Amino acid sequence: MTAKPKFAMYWAASCGGCEIAVLNTHEKILDVDANFDVVFWPVAMDAKYKDVEAMEDGSILLTLFNGGIRNDENEHIAKLLRQKSKILVAFGSCACEGCIPGLANLSPVGDIVHTAFNTLTTDNPNEVYPRTSYDVPEGELHIPTLSRMVRPLEQVVDVDYFMPGCPPESHQIAAVIDLVIKVVKGEAELPPKGSVIGCGDSTVCDECPRARNVKFIKEFKRIQDIAPIDPTLCLLEQGVPCNGPATRSGCNARCPQAGAQCIGCYGPADGVLDYGARLITAFSSVIDANTPEEIDHILDGIPDPTGQVYRFNLAGSLLKANREAWKVVNGK
Amino acid sequence: MTERVGVYVCHCGSNIAGTVDVVDVANWAAEKLGRQGVIIAREYKFMCSSLGQELIEKDIKELGLTRVVVAACSPHLHEKTFRTAAKNAGLNPYLVELASIREQVSWVHSDKAVATAKAKAVVSGAVSRVIENRPLEEIKVPINPNTLVVGGGIAGIQSALEIANAGFHVYLVEREPSIGGHMAQFDKTFPTLDCSACILTPRMVEAGTHPNITLLTWSEVTNVAGYVGNFHVTIKKKARFINEELCTGCGICQEKCPKKVIDDVYEAGLGYRKAVYTPFAQAVPNFPVMDKENCTYFIKGTCKACEKFCPTGAIDFNQQDEMLHIDVGNIVLATGYDLFDARRVSNYGYGRLPNVFTSLEFERLSNAAGPTSGNIVLRDGKTTPKSVGVIHCVGSRDKNFNNYCSVICCMQGLKFAHLVHERTGATVYNFYIDMRTAYKAYDEFYQRVLEEGTLFVRGKVAEVTNAARNEREKGKLIIQVEDTLAGKQRRIPVDMVILSSGLQPRKDAKEVGKMFGISCSMDGWFTEKHPKLDPVSTMTEGIYIVGCAQGPKDIPSSVAQGAAASARVLDKILQKEVALEPIKASVNKEMCSGCRICNGLCPFNAIAFIEDDKVTEINPALCQGCGTCVAACPAGAISGTGFSNEQIIAQIDGLLLRNLEVQEAV
Repeated sequence: MTAKPKFAMYWAASCGGCEIAVLNTHEKILDVDANFDVVFWPVAMDAKYKDVEAMEDGSILLTLFNGGIRNDENEHIAKLLRQKSKILVAFGSCACEGCIPGLANLSPVGDIVHTAFNTLTTDNPNEVYPRTSYDVPEGELHIPTLSRMVRPLEQVVDVDYFMPGCPPESHQIAAVIDLVIKVVKGEAELPPKGSVIGCGDSTVCDECPRARNVKFIKEFKRIQDIAPIDPTLCLLEQGVPCNGPATRSGCNARCPQAGAQCIGCYGPADGVLDYGARLITAFSSVIDANTPEEIDHILDGIPDPTGQVYRFNLAGSLLKANREAWKVVNGK
Repeated sequence: MTERVGVYVCHCGSNIAGTVDVVDVANWAAEKLGRQGVIIAREYKFMCSSLGQELIEKDIKELGLTRVVVAACSPHLHEKTFRTAAKNAGLNPYLVELASIREQVSWVHSDKAVATAKAKAVVSGAVSRVIENRPLEEIKVPINPNTLVVGGGIAGIQSALEIANAGFHVYLVEREPSIGGHMAQFDKTFPTLDCSACILTPRMVEAGTHPNITLLTWSEVTNVAGYVGNFHVTIKKKARFINEELCTGCGICQEKCPKKVIDDVYEAGLGYRKAVYTPFAQAVPNFPVMDKENCTYFIKGTCKACEKFCPTGAIDFNQQDEMLHIDVGNIVLATGYDLFDARRVSNYGYGRLPNVFTSLEFERLSNAAGPTSGNIVLRDGKTTPKSVGVIHCVGSRDKNFNNYCSVICCMQGLKFAHLVHERTGATVYNFYIDMRTAYKAYDEFYQRVLEEGTLFVRGKVAEVTNAARNEREKGKLIIQVEDTLAGKQRRIPVDMVILSSGLQPRKDAKEVGKMFGISCSMDGWFTEKHPKLDPVSTMTEGIYIVGCAQGPKDIPSSVAQGAAASARVLDKILQKEVALEPIKASVNKEMCSGCRICNGLCPFNAIAFIEDDKVTEINPALCQGCGTCVAACPAGAISGTGFSNEQIIAQIDGLLLRNLEVQEAV
């Protein structure tokens, strides 16, 4: 009997939700075990980096990599797993486009450390900050160095497939696992390299059952401030800034179906080059105003525009980071 | 397939070559952009000349070029020239791209090294972009032979008559109750001193009775949609409260109307009209208009004297505003000017000192049909002035008001001097900064007025005051001025001051421009396509500007422009069809999820939502390629030919010289 193909999963700058989502496939996880030899999965089993380093190049068939690249440890493992894997999948929003950790790109890295270690809630009178290396009698200790920006996986290594979602829907994960098993058995073929998998090819609106009309927006409001909200009408038409129109389908429009606006966790749809820019032009196109003051008033209904349109996508956008964070990069 | 790109860098005489090292740019393109597909790069003195064009045509044929980049002026100027050259050589014209290294580089920089580097980047962007260009075919659409002329002053009348006489239909729309414009208010016209009404009214009558002219007075354009050859125009025909079918223009209603109203428009506030009125006796059309704000019936609900006496029963108090929808192929804007409000120059005292008059007030005073039957008298209505001061350049050539020269005020001021002299024998002083009497027979008129004994003082008047310092000044208006020729301050007491006010763009010129899709200059006048070579066309094809709407000018120039625009319109009509740029938006149905964000945006009504498929569609016949929906589509499902994502991204990469990095890495 030939050995089972090898499987790995890794978390970089992420919350762990992607791992939960994999486990949330329930008994499907047994198929993974039946068909693969799990060689590296820090959240599920003990393993050392040196074990991975010792593996032959290309010996892992499938690696699901979740999390963005926040520090040099993330970067090292990303490069290592790229080297050892035949198929590297950017798994989940953080690996695909930076996700919530990517919002840190709104600040220079020094400000982030300062905020974490010296704020009103963190009393630090002696200005003690973490050091990346420290000498102890046993030798030199290291902790990872923060990168200047959070980067999606693709900005660091070559990626074979992208699987969006925060986290990816479990039924989509199950479908992808099924597909890879079929490929292993020679029953199916892999999609072209670079494909976005485990999702639809349209936008959330395509899966959303709410009725849609020509839109004229007089006011943006928080969903909880609209009473009563019409359960059958497009949320955007009711003044809720819903990101569905620019967001890739694949989640079955879960949030809008449950009465909440889409916040865009499945990332940009196929034709969208820069997600935030697309949404800004789309929203501003349907604002119904005649004077600059009216426009300002309507836009005041979106108090945090970056959070609204780049919540998941800032690190993966054309801008990648704000000007302050860029300055540090150029300054170094 | 690898494209074969030719790059042509224009010197534009010294326009470009003075600031950009064009030889260096061409050599650089040949050397560095070779991997992009550039197989030849040349520079030439004037690419737009026939020799320059032949150069491109020859290379297309002999070197088998598949793409062409011309680094020269803005596409507005010569894109068509070079596209035509490519077409002549058998290359699809849309595979030619212009890199603007004049307007965007040489004209805005002075440092040659920096400008040359920027020119290279602009060329590199155009090369990267042109590779992504796809061949496109022009679309031909028929031209509607009807024309809309907006504004019934002399320029608009002239334009309408020229087109109508050529046998095509014209809609002439005028905001006021009668056509005639400002010219109808004047008494004499300079320099010939023809009676203004005598030369104008025959034209007005001709326009009013012409079988090819639909005259819509007391009407305003409220909306314009469509494009050259196919404009859809909405016109609000304001209620006259007169049934035009029945009215004979007998004037009995005006005679019987008991309500007198000060006439601020036609009589410049110096005379009265009735609540139902025609602005002047020779008005065209001759139907009166009911002034709702002042009519006793509308205010108190009783009177109806006009209705009682009207012999044909033409009074209709229930008439409503009417919206008319017309289709036209071309539009001529002859919307004219507003007179500069002399109150703004507070030191000249207009509005405060009774015997300070504006130019328009003086026109009415001196007009034989005006409120004083042509007697030039002071504000008291009876005293003939013994001395009169005419102040030039009021509101013009003044940084506090308008920087520009209003063109007509010098001649107008001389005309006033002549008329005062002729009618009253008063001493006349003209205060001028520079005397501008260019054009045919104008300076001769100046000589004539000089010989008549008018006194000229060169200097900008500081103040007009009634605060006398001595006996001689008592009861007079004193003009305080620095006589720059005599080199001293002077105080000249006069009985009457006439302010030769300048011209201003219409108050609503900006909104009107927006409605018709054309722009205004910094001063607010409508912007012509080319200041010298195309003064009546605009950047929007099918829209023309004539008369003072384009800038201050005299009557002969306005008439000439009116006729010139008509020639352009007739040219379009006789071509019968117009070639539209094939720049169109289209929807990728697979990617459209029917969010309907674009549905309300199209200014040309080209977007339709298909309920059955829940997707949006764009009608290519209506689409004008403005790109509004392309930008708005949140899913990126709409793309515009000629401006695809691929083209734009390639151009940005090229501008940032990323195409070179690839080359060096290889």
